[in-house]
Amino acid sequence: MTRLIPVRETILGGAILVLLLLISSRFADFVAPSNLANVFNDTAPLIILALGQMVVILTRCIDLSVAANLALTGMAVAMINVAMPGLPIPVIIAIAVLLGAIMGAINGVLVWKLAIPPIVVTLGTMTIFRGIIFLISDGKWVNSHEMSPAFTDFPRMVLLGLPVLSWAAIITIVLFGIMMARTQFGRSIFAVGGNPHAAVYTGIDVGKTQFWAFVVSGALAGLTGYLWVSRFAVAYVDIAGGFELEVVAACVIGGISIAGGIGSVGGAVLGAIFLGVVKNALPVVNISPFWQLAISGSAILIAVAFNARAGRNKGRIILKEAEATQ
Amino acid sequence: MSDVTQTRHVPDRLNSRAARIFKSWEALLLAVAIAIFVINSFASPYFLSAWNLSDATFNFTEKAMIAFAMALLIISGEIDLSVASIIALASTAMGLALQYGAGTSELVIIGLTVGVLCGAFNGFFVTVLGLPSIVVTIGTMSLFRGISFIILGDDAFRGYPSSFSWFGQGYIYWVFTVEMLFFVIIAIIYGVLLHKTNFGRAVYAIGNNPTAALFSGIRVDRVKFILFLLTGLMSGIAAVCLTSRLGSTRPSIATGMELEVVTMVVLGGVNILGGSGTIPGVVIAAFVMGLVTFGLGLLNVPGIVMSIFIGLLLIGVIALPRLWAMVAARRKS
Repeated sequence: MTRLIPVRETILGGAILVLLLLISSRFADFVAPSNLANVFNDTAPLIILALGQMVVILTRCIDLSVAANLALTGMAVAMINVAMPGLPIPVIIAIAVLLGAIMGAINGVLVWKLAIPPIVVTLGTMTIFRGIIFLISDGKWVNSHEMSPAFTDFPRMVLLGLPVLSWAAIITIVLFGIMMARTQFGRSIFAVGGNPHAAVYTGIDVGKTQFWAFVVSGALAGLTGYLWVSRFAVAYVDIAGGFELEVVAACVIGGISIAGGIGSVGGAVLGAIFLGVVKNALPVVNISPFWQLAISGSAILIAVAFNARAGRNKGRIILKEAEATQ
Repeated sequence: MSDVTQTRHVPDRLNSRAARIFKSWEALLLAVAIAIFVINSFASPYFLSAWNLSDATFNFTEKAMIAFAMALLIISGEIDLSVASIIALASTAMGLALQYGAGTSELVIIGLTVGVLCGAFNGFFVTVLGLPSIVVTIGTMSLFRGISFIILGDDAFRGYPSSFSWFGQGYIYWVFTVEMLFFVIIAIIYGVLLHKTNFGRAVYAIGNNPTAALFSGIRVDRVKFILFLLTGLMSGIAAVCLTSRLGSTRPSIATGMELEVVTMVVLGGVNILGGSGTIPGVVIAAFVMGLVTFGLGLLNVPGIVMSIFIGLLLIGVIALPRLWAMVAARRKS
């Protein structure tokens, strides 16, 4: 079973390579290292959010409020920056992560203490967070000339050849790789998603683990909120509208089972990169960007059908006829 | 139930029918609806007017049509998040047909057919391939609206024939709209279907325990497939009404409506995990949501702030009974 997981990632990695080869056969510039670095940088927010979403989905939950959380945090830090331009960037980032984590904790408490289904909770908080952005901003935009130069320059700052935004994604990937494989929290996430009853008997608090998964997802959404607003140098009510679907899509394409317990950091990252490559390749190969929504929708369907096929053989089938007809 | 003698008391009969109805979720919801109605009529002098109230029904009739089918789907343990995107695709198909000179009856047939086909597409993935409906419909939510975007881009279809506007703008008698008539008919059909037929019993059985339902001879997959078809069909009807009311089609039509439909269903007392819920509950929930949004609208509250109320309503109606039960349990021990 452990052998199957790398296979799935190899297939996805292969699909991305084939895609790049197809594009490069007609547009060689697309695969130039500098352009690939740009594509990665453009995909960085999606990678960060997909990793947070992965943790939530692994525990049998779903977080549809990430994009609204991102937008609310982004608006909050942008307004803080306008009010106090002197505030150093590390403080801004700390505020963003904290705000995001608090919003994640609200989701988590509702799921943990009141046992409300996660999809209901996060559908609700998604609209509430968006509404709050309107309330605090009065529907107005925060534009680039109102933000301090330090605020907008940070994610673009180049370190060792890559912008800070890319490094943020790389660091998150490394931290998650360690967390999921080497820490008690990481293992308990798999245990909770794989079999909640068994997890209880091994001494894991299922609700509490789900709570922390939401906090992690929220904190990353908060961090991305700052990075997003400062990178595009604008904050308004509708930023990242519908982005939560793209995040879930990245996870599903990356082979993370919506039923929980199955998935890997590599899968989530590759899923995000796949969507990033598609998105960046469309204008290059002269396809209208309006195709993107339909393509990511199809990619979700194909990926989930494919993963279900791959995963079905390995399970023990006790009631064969019942399974077959269901 | 605080002293020992009472806990040992065994009732010799069940609660009377009247007591059960009085204590039900629907009764509570009805009380809330009446309270909102009274508060609204004090808050704004424009509320108590037959024509204003008639206009207010547009806030919920289209959503409620889908909510009835969605209620059955959720009771059976599945969900369809693609309904708003089905509206977009059906509306786009009608607009496209209009460019080729389709008349009103063809437009309606095309709208409904596209709705049913979209439902069949969802149903195929869920029942034939056995995939979780939440992922499938998140995928088709992007796919269906994506196709609309491919066809339309940032353009719009306009110029629907005047006879087509009957569905969304017509009146049957005095202030009673055509959409209201549809709403009543559909509510009755779904009420009978869920509460009075074998099919309805099967829907409850599947939601409570699909394996047991299968072993008791219910064709689980077939029932679920029909439910997806019905949800698609209702989205098609809603698409006809909405397109007719707006008089134009944009790919962003009905964005976010799936959330309001699900909220309406859950507010109506349908268990999001499946197995229980009633059509009368959904009907009252539709009125509650319509009255809240209309009342706030009269007080000049912007739409996005109303969505905060909808979100709070969604979480609140589930959280409060659970909080209440927790408090009660603590007091008991």
